[in-house]
Formats: sequence, C-alpha cells, structure tokens
Amino acid sequence: MYRDRLVKIRDEKKPEIVEKLLRDDVVELRGERVVLKGDYYKNQLRIALRNCDIINPFDIEEYIAFDGYFSLYKALSSLSQSEVVETMKNSLLRGRGGAGFPTGKKWEEAFSFDADQKYIICNADEGDPGAFMDRSILEKDPHSVLEGMAIGGYAIGANKGFIYVRAEYPQAVKTLKHAIAQAKEKGLLGEDIFGMGFNFDIELRLGSGAFVCGEGTALIESIEGHRGMPRPKLQRTAHVGLWGKPTIINNVETFANVPPIILNGADWFRSIGTEKSPGTKVFSLVGKIENAGLVEVPMGTKLRDIVFDIGGGCQNNKEYKAVQTGGPSGGCIPKEYLDVAVDFESLASIGSIMGSGGMVVMDESTCMIDIAKYFLEFSVDESCGKCIPCREGTRRMYEILELITEGKADMEDLEELERLAHVVSDTSLCGLGQTAPNPVITTLKYYKDEYLAHIVDKKCPAKSCKALITYRISDRCIGCTICKKNCPVDAIQGELKAKHSIDIEKCIKCGSCYEVCPVKPIKAVEIY
Amino acid sequence: MKTVKLTIDNKEIEVDSSLTVIQAAELAGIDIPKLCYDERLDIFGACRMCIVEIEGNRKLQTACSTKVREGMVVHTKTDRVIEARKDILGLLLDNHPNDCLICEKAGSCLLQDYAYEYGVKFRTHSGKTRDPYIDDTNPFYIYDAQKCILCGLCVRVCSRLQVTGAIDFVNRGFDTIIGTPFNDGLINSNCVSCGNCVSACPTGALMPKSKEKFRAWEVKKVKTTCAFCGVGCQINLLVKDDKVVGVEPVKDAVNEGLLCVKGKFSFNFINHPDRLNTPLLKEDGVFKEISWDRAYEIIKEKVDKYMEENGPDSFAGLSSARCTNEENYLFQKLFRAVLKTNNIDHCARL
Amino acid sequence: MTNSIAEIKNNDTIFVIGSNTTETHPVIGAFIKQAVKKGAKLIVADPREIELSRFADVHLQLKPGTNIALINGMMNVIIENKLYDEEYINKNCENFEELARLVKNYPPERSAEICGVDKDLIIKAALIYANSPNAGIYYTMGVTQHSTGTHAVMSLSNLALLCGNIGKENAGINPLRGQNNVQGASDMGATPADLTGYQKIFHRESLEKFERAWSTKLSDRVGATITEMFKLIEEEKIKFLYIMGENPVVSDPDTNHVISALKKVDFLIVQDIFFTETCEYADLVLPAVSFAQKDGTFTNTERRVQRVRKAVKENGLAKPDWQIIMEIMNTLGYEKKYTEPKEIMKEISSLTPQYSGINYEKIDANGIQWPCKDKDDTGTKFLHKDKISRGKGLFMPVEYVKSRETPDDEYPFILTTGRILYHYHTRTMTGREEGLNEIAGSSYIEINDETANRLSIQNGDKVRVKSRRGEIITRAKVVNTIDRDVLFMPFHFTDGQANYLTNTFVDEIAKIPELKVSAVSIEKLKEEDHV
Repeated sequence: MYRDRLVKIRDEKKPEIVEKLLRDDVVELRGERVVLKGDYYKNQLRIALRNCDIINPFDIEEYIAFDGYFSLYKALSSLSQSEVVETMKNSLLRGRGGAGFPTGKKWEEAFSFDADQKYIICNADEGDPGAFMDRSILEKDPHSVLEGMAIGGYAIGANKGFIYVRAEYPQAVKTLKHAIAQAKEKGLLGEDIFGMGFNFDIELRLGSGAFVCGEGTALIESIEGHRGMPRPKLQRTAHVGLWGKPTIINNVETFANVPPIILNGADWFRSIGTEKSPGTKVFSLVGKIENAGLVEVPMGTKLRDIVFDIGGGCQNNKEYKAVQTGGPSGGCIPKEYLDVAVDFESLASIGSIMGSGGMVVMDESTCMIDIAKYFLEFSVDESCGKCIPCREGTRRMYEILELITEGKADMEDLEELERLAHVVSDTSLCGLGQTAPNPVITTLKYYKDEYLAHIVDKKCPAKSCKALITYRISDRCIGCTICKKNCPVDAIQGELKAKHSIDIEKCIKCGSCYEVCPVKPIKAVEIY
Repeated sequence: MKTVKLTIDNKEIEVDSSLTVIQAAELAGIDIPKLCYDERLDIFGACRMCIVEIEGNRKLQTACSTKVREGMVVHTKTDRVIEARKDILGLLLDNHPNDCLICEKAGSCLLQDYAYEYGVKFRTHSGKTRDPYIDDTNPFYIYDAQKCILCGLCVRVCSRLQVTGAIDFVNRGFDTIIGTPFNDGLINSNCVSCGNCVSACPTGALMPKSKEKFRAWEVKKVKTTCAFCGVGCQINLLVKDDKVVGVEPVKDAVNEGLLCVKGKFSFNFINHPDRLNTPLLKEDGVFKEISWDRAYEIIKEKVDKYMEENGPDSFAGLSSARCTNEENYLFQKLFRAVLKTNNIDHCARL
Repeated sequence: MTNSIAEIKNNDTIFVIGSNTTETHPVIGAFIKQAVKKGAKLIVADPREIELSRFADVHLQLKPGTNIALINGMMNVIIENKLYDEEYINKNCENFEELARLVKNYPPERSAEICGVDKDLIIKAALIYANSPNAGIYYTMGVTQHSTGTHAVMSLSNLALLCGNIGKENAGINPLRGQNNVQGASDMGATPADLTGYQKIFHRESLEKFERAWSTKLSDRVGATITEMFKLIEEEKIKFLYIMGENPVVSDPDTNHVISALKKVDFLIVQDIFFTETCEYADLVLPAVSFAQKDGTFTNTERRVQRVRKAVKENGLAKPDWQIIMEIMNTLGYEKKYTEPKEIMKEISSLTPQYSGINYEKIDANGIQWPCKDKDDTGTKFLHKDKISRGKGLFMPVEYVKSRETPDDEYPFILTTGRILYHYHTRTMTGREEGLNEIAGSSYIEINDETANRLSIQNGDKVRVKSRRGEIITRAKVVNTIDRDVLFMPFHFTDGQANYLTNTFVDEIAKIPELKVSAVSIEKLKEEDHV
C-alpha cells in the first residue's frame, strides 16, 4: 500500500519533470539516468548530487519521482537492522566529512551497543573556506539527507535525529525546515513510518559560526547547550555521545550516499571508485581555476583530470602551481603530483588529505608562504582555545610566517616553525589542531626553496609579498604618464614622453602602476 | 572486577581494566605531569602535559584520556615525550607574565614547578600576548587573565562540583579567557564566592585577596575541622608568623575538596584585634580587666554562696555547639559532678 | 544522619524538606546538586523558592507549619496505591495499621488545602519517593523549629520506614546539623536528661557508672532546658548562669524576654571569643580561644568524629574552654587534671558506648563515624543496618496540628526565620569579615512582590515589623519567591533583629522553639519615623 503510493507519485511525476527539463535543454539522458547537460558535467558521475539542479527541492514529490524514499521503504519493509548495517559495511562507504572512517563500521558500533536511547546527527556545519558541497545538497536535495538519516536511525535503533547546520546557510535552513515538514506530512518521518512501527523525528540545530563545531565531539557539546569545544575521546561517540547516549555523526554527503546504496546494493557502489575508497566524491573546485564549481567524480580520478579536464586549467592561461585539498587542514599538492589518484590513501601518502572536498587551485602568482599563512590564520581564528598546542602554537606559527613574508625572519625562525608545526600536530586535542599545521608542513616539504628565498634572499619568487618586492620602471617606458596619474601617493616622477621613475621611499607597493601600464608585450613597470 | 596487566616505564602492574593510564601510573607510583586533570572531574584533555608514548601507537597519547589495555607498554619519560612537554611549557610561558618574583603563587604554582622540572625558561619574543583583563569585583578573590593557562579547572569545579556555573570560557582561540556572562564581573554573576575555583587554580590566575602577603614556603599547614556548620569540612589552615593567612580545602575528606565562602574566606576573626584577651569583671556597670586567679576566686565565692543559700539547682549552664566534644563533656561534668545539678543545656535547637 | 554524606550522590531520590541546603550546608547542597546532575530526582518542600527548587522535579511550596499534613498526604497516596515496602514493614516495623488508619484521613486534596499546594504535586512527590529504590530524606530546622517539630520528625520517619528506606545504604533520614558541633554537644550529654551517648540520668545503671567513674554522687533529677532556665530565673530559682560560647541575646526567640532574664539572674558568666551582645549582661566575662587555637574534636552531622588542631597560639590571656572549665572545677575542689584534650577523649570513650573505640590516633587521618565499639571497629557508615536500634521500627502516626500562633487581623503575616549563606549564627565570627559584610551586611525582610505593591513597599524601603513580643525596623527585599502571606527574615543581624519578633512556644517533647512561625504585621516606615 505504502509502496504503491510512492510508485504512483513516481510514475506520474517523473515523465513530466524530465520532459520539462529536456525542453529547457538543461539535462540529457544517459541510459536510464537523467544528467545535467554540458562539458562541465560530462566527465562527472553524480551520486550524492544526483538530484541537484534537477528536482525542485521544495517539492517532496519530485524527490520521490527520482526514487526518493524507496530506499527507506526497502530498508523498513524488507531488511532487518543488521542487514542494513551489513549492506553499509559491504559498501565500504567512508565518511565524506574528512576522516574517511567506514560508515558501516561506525553504524555497527552504535547498533550493537545497548542503550535506551540513541541518536543520529547530521553534521552540516560545513566550514572550510571555499567549500560548499554540503550546502548545495541541503539547498537542492534536502530529502536525500533526511532519507539517509532515517535509514541510519532504523539501522542503529535511534528515533531521534539532529541536523547541526550553520546559521550562515539560511537557504539550507529554509529548505530543510520545509522538507522535514513535508516528510512528516507524508508520513515519511515522525511516528510509525510506512506503518512499520518505526518512529524517527529530525530536529534542526543551528550552529553559530564556530568552525570547531564541525568536529564531532564539539558539535555534541554545542547541541547539548555547552560551549563547542572538543572532548577527549575516552569513549567512542558511537557508544557514549549526545547526552551520554550512542550517537552516530555523519556528514551531509555521507547521508546523501546512503539511499542509493540501499536501493542499488553494496556491489553496485563498490563497482565505482577504487577498491579501498569506493563511490564518488564531491569537490568544490575553486581558486584560480577557469571553471569553478562542484565536481563529483569517482574516487581515484586523477587530480589532473579534475583540474584540467573538468576545471579547464588555470585562469588567464597562467601556469598551474598547486592545489590545496582538504581545506585549512589539508596540504598543497605541487605540479609533480598532478597524476595522483584522488582517494583517501593516495592523498595521505603525499601529505595532504581528502578532507571534506575543498580544492583550491593556485597559479604561478601565488606565494606559497602567503597561502600557508592564510590557512593558518584561519586556524588561529577558529581554534576554540581549549588545548595549549593549538591555541598558543598556531598563533606562534602564524607570527613566524608573518616575519617570513615581511622578510624579517632568519633560519632559526624557520627551524622554530618546523618544530612548532610538529608539536601542534603531535599534541593537539582534536583534528582541527592536529591538522592545522598541514599547510605549513606540505609547503615546507614541496616549496622549501620559496621559504629560503624569503629568508635568505629576502625575495618573494611569486612577487606577491609586498615587503619583499620593489617596483621599478624600465627603459621600455614610453612616458605616457598613466602610471603617474594613478599612483595614489605621488611616488612616480617623469615628464610626458620621458622615462618615469618610482620613489622607493614613497612607494606603498599597491601595484596600481603595474596594473595600468599599457606597454606591451612586456610592461614597463617591473616587479623585483 | 576485570584486571589487565600492563607495563609503565618497565614496571609491570595489574590494574582494574576501567582505569586510565594516568590512574594506573599513579597506582604504580609513577607521576605523570598534568595541569588540567582532577580526579573528581570528567576528563578534559586540554593541557596535553600528560602525553606518553604507547608502543604500537605512532602518535603520542594523553595518559588522562587513554584506557589501559592488556599488554600495553607505556613510556612516560622518553626523549620525545619530554621534548613535547618542554614545547608545551614553552608555549605557555610565551604567553605568561614573567613575574614569578612578585607572584604570591610562587612556590605553589604548578606551571612554575613544571618549568623548573623540565628546565624551561621565559624567552623574549615579539609575538602577541594575552590582553590584560582583571576581574576584582568579588570581595574575596581576583582573576587575572594574563596568568591564566585556561586549564578549565575553575570552570569545571564551578559547574560540575559546586554546580553553580557562574563562570565559563569566553571568546575564542588565542583570545579565550575565563569570564562571567557578558563579562559583567563576578560580583554580578550568580557566583556564591565559595572560592572552590580559587582552590583548584594551578597558577596565580585566581588568587584570594589576602590581607597578609605570604609565600608558599613561609606558611605551615595545619589540618583541622571547619567551624561553620555541621558538615565538618576538613581544611588546612595556612599559618604564617602565628597568624592564619589562608585556608585550603582537603580533598581526601568528607568535603571532597569543596568549601563554602565562610570556610574558605572567613578566617580573619581568628587574629582580629577585637578578640577578648583578658577576663572582665563588671563593677558598677563597668567592665574591668582582672586576672584569672581573681576570676576563679569570684566564681568560688559565688558558688559557695548559692550552694549554701539556694542549693545545687540554683546553678545552670549553657554549653556550646561551637565548642569541642571534650569541652562539652567537661562542661556537663562540671555541672553534674561538681555543682550537682542537671541544669545543663545547649543550643541544639537554634 | 542515619546515613553518610558520601552516600548523597548515590541516592535515586532526594527529599529535602525545611532546609535551604545550599545556603546552610553549602557543601552538602553541592553534593545534592551533583546527584541531580547525575540523574537523581529531587523533591523540595519549602515555603520559599530556594536554589534547590530550581533543580527539583517537584517543589512543594507549603505554608510554614504544615509539614505533617504534607507528609501524611504523601503517605496516604503511597498506601492507597500500595507502593509501600510490604516485605520490609512485615519484617522490621510495628503499628502499620494505626498509621494506615490515621493517614486515611489525609487524602491529597485535604493536605493540599492545608499546605496551600497543588494536590497533583503532592501525588507526584509521593510517587517519586515511593518508586525510588533508594530515597534519602534531608531536613533541618524548617522541620524541627515548630511546636510540632518532634511530630514532624516522627512523620518523616514513618515515611522512610513505609518505603523501607531506613537501614539501607544511600537512603535514610538525615537531619543536617546546623552548627559545627551540635551533634557532639548532644553526644556529650550537654542536655538536661542525658549523660554522654544519650545514657539517661534517670537510669540507675547509667548514673551509677558515672558516679563510679567520677567518684561522686550525682543528681538523678532531670534538669532545665534553656527556655525553662529563663523561666526559673524569673522565678528566682536559678541564681547562677554560666554561658559558654552562646549568644542567646541574638539567637534565642523573644529577645526582650531573654534580655530581661539575663538582667535578672544574680550572677552571669559569659565565656566567649569576642565581647558578644550577651556579654553586655554578664557579671564576669571569660576570654576563650577560637577553634584554630586549640586541640579537640568535633562530631559532624554524619556522626564523624574529627580532629580540631591548634594552629596558632592563644591570644592575650585567653585560654581554651576545656582548660577554663577544668580550672574552675579544680578551684571548686574537684581535683581531676587533664594536660591535653586527648586525655579527656580517653575518659569520654571509657564512658560512652558509641565512642568506645574512638581515640586520637584512630581519627587522625579521616575521623570515624560513631558508633565505634572497640579498637578494631572502623565506624559506622549508616545506622540500623541489620536491625532498627530499638528492635522494630515503630510507626508513630501523628495528626497535623496548627502552629501555636497563626495570623489574624492584627498580625496578618506569617514570619519565618532562617540562615543565609554569608553568615554564621549570630555573626560573632562572620560579622568581622569585611567581604561577607560587603555582600550581606545588614538585616532585611523578604516580602512577596504583590504584597509589597499592595502595601506600597518598594525594594529597599525601611519597614516596621511588629509581633506580640516586639517590633523592629529593617529593610524590605521584594521577591517573587515567597507566598503572599509569608515573610522571611535571616536571624543573624542585630540591626533589625528577627528574634525580637519570634515567640517562645516550644515543642513539648524536644523543647525546640517555634522560630519558623510567628504572626507579624508589616508597614512601610513613614518619613517622619526615619531616624
């Protein structure tokens, strides 16, 4: 009866929707599947993002039209709790939030731990700079997350779920609220779902902008009403979590992967991606890249394919320098590793991490020390202040990077930086602190010469660190006076048609003379 | 009780399987340094001083938050561990005022003790240090954010043991300090001035406002029983030059290391100038100082007189619920055995 | 306390009645809050909203003086619903039928009416208490300082027995003793009818034991209680009064009456550490040393005998109380000498069964909870473990009786008195601590905001409070934590001293004065009255 209702909606709705999308020329049919049209999408395989930009997120029937809630029905009607856990284990799905812990194994821990109350939490506190994977799913396909959570709730024996979503995502909050209400109305959440005696309710909890609340235990503290600070992991949250009860925390993308796995089976999922990291991963490709946006590809896809085939390489044909994966906790991957397969193990082997899927592309004009400083500053700002190494250590590291970019550092400072990086990473309490030095550690590993150039030669090879560059006007100057007119501090002298010169004492290195110099092909304003 | 065998610093021990490494080490007589640990509280894991090496683990582990396991081999003093502890102490000193010379906590400061033990010095650096913030609104104690190492003991003692919850961490990261809601000052919070935070503070961040200056090594500690209610909290009186200058709670006692505002801070009456110093006799409505001998003589005269004229039941005595057992015993003995009356009572009812 | 302080944290249910624990016994209050945080249920019965009511599952804000009606009502619910511990009662108790018969007359509706609380709350409290495997009762003067105080304690015992909570770990019936050594003073026989260890002076064997030990004849006639003493003074039967470490001018009810008695007595000795309000009326003042200047023992509320140790030397000519008493005894011809309190304890343990295994060496580290019978006995964590002391627990059904003084047209409010966190008793010690005075330096009276509004009294206004005994001026503290017809005053302060108003009606059994209920009137002080 319940399934018939779902089938009826699907059979009525789907043709309508597909027809309209085809008419609007936004999708094409790839076999059975309806996929977004265009070069950007042709090399992608979208599982977590399967419905994004295809369905209307405010209409639960459109979600149902694309097999929505069929997985929950399947789980409740024909699978035992342990069969669901088994399927998840066999799928080898690994947590998409960063650490890559096998989801099925986590669920099993909570399932087999006896308690009067258990909880499912969806971590939607996406905080990496430039990352918006989860946001897209929440805003464009909220039901995939709700369905994944409900399946998780059934599997472990929880009847209460929380979505911890950052308040800076008002649209996501709106769609989620709407989706929860609709699902309840349809009997897909709440009491006695599908008449199978399973209750599952979901509540939203809004985060207040602390990055650290994306860390599982800090998130739990925050839901409990305390200050969001990580707890030491004396016990697993799968055993002792929210209010001391067994709790499963998965992120948005992980939950979005659950319904297709239940529907299509573990073998199907394992046929995608690599042996140890099956399935796909969503990346948020940003930075100095031609085609920025969300990319979902099978695990094991080469970095080069993502950056060049899908992303179209660097903007303005500049040379690729590095890509930062994994957000502020990740590392920078240089040119020589462009052929690395993007999966958990391979990225870790070269000192970076998968993280939640941030991918920031940098070109030749990016100073790697400046980048390390940028990410470290983020960690300094976002450190909760609980443990000493992260609170004090990241600050000191940041100060040394400042000295380096200002040309005031010496080799002892560099040694101190390396030492601190290891102290912070070895002794911090939570993942945030332990990985905060990664941008420094990987840039030190792959771009040590840039550090030396700053420290020994007092030069910034990328010509980006203001303190280490000087502007000069070469003999190519045609005396057009444009630069003189644009200089905000009147540091440029020279008569019309005569070579101009810059007063280095006055110059504030704003770069406007360089920007406006019309001489081609090589500008008359030079940076040293 | 399930037990496990493990090795700590080459010492093999068998302990309850529910223990943590830090507890097991303590049983084995091995001291692991710690700044945020208190056996009465949940594990906090903030100071990272208790890191140890556990064979088979690539990373250093904190002994406070690691459970013992069968066959575990723990090293608490390897070079790697010691270096990391030095680094942590160095980071703390970089953000701590170099004023041990004038700090009242010197001598009983854990940060100072560990700096000494690990040979870590203050250094000069151009980096940022915590902004000054002092809360001296409470009449009994003061909070100096610059001396605070944010171990969170005060916060947790206040919220978990005293269950008042007046203070918490405020701000974030490097700017974190301990404060009250809206940083409105302790006196305007729901603080009950119990001073249990002060007793728990390992550094000079939370200090009593002492009338007398004293250093830890100048005082002797005398354990006794608090005199302010029937709980019988055990306290250490800190005595300098025959004056009580402070009070500390005893942890291994009925009060489990807690006190109230009276027990912790109300000791100045002991050496108060208004104390009675000599027997006083009222003559013509005026009190005059007399000697003990004279006082006893007068008592004898009066006792003989009333005994003769009015008999034993003309005597009555009020004993004291504030005096010792021995004194109450003697007082009733005086009335019963010497004055031959049972007219003896005390204020149990008030 | 039948049980121990350390057990509080393991109670499943804590029933606090007539005790503002977080202010009067702050550390025990903290343990109660810890227990609640750990999951224990908390029932609070108090006329005021106190800190603990915020932690409570049920707060029964009853009218002062109605404890017995409340407890009878709870027992009615428990018996009606057959929630009592039948097996325990059959095995350990007597007189259950009588109790059942009496409390049948207290359906929750009736108790609710008398107490002025919602009947559902009484039912809820009863169910919580009865359904908990380990429920502990904690009370202080809010139960005892009534003309029916002893009956209320019996009533609580009935409740505890009914649910099998006596003789059990993490449960029991636990009076929290107010002063540091009330327990010890009672244990030591500083009461008119008892020798040490509650051995009765009118029991031949007891008396003879002491006569032998003290080598003298003793009187077997029960002596006078404090209130009786004041009466006997007025009747000119008592001529000589020796007050050690007490300040009745502030602490005792009906101050005017106390003062007139003290003025009247022929010879008054007051022995204290400061020149107290009571010293004013003395003929002879003897200087004693404080607890920090002498050795000895205190017995705390959980019967733990703990050491008091000398930390600083005597001030001036002041002496430890024990030495003064001994010297007086010697002066009066009783030759026994003690060189230190340890020797006195030796004598105490030889005469007191509960203390017979106690000596200074044994209590040095952590004290010992009496009874401690011999040298191998490590003390007693909770009482009545194997059987109730008297053999079987006797249910003592008691009827609710009104307080002796109830409000009328002239004195329309009930005044109830108590302690606050920041002061101890008559402030002899705490009144000399600047910080405490900064936080709580003067007298005040708590008045309900609606009542205050009706009487045009604003927070901080000076008010005149009158009773049949006297009148005082104090300041109004307008609150919403107290009923409209109830006023509360701390009794510590002498500027507007509550005890000028209180009455001297006593509980006929324990002779405790009814300090918790007096009828008073209150009015805003007029401009011209300002001094």
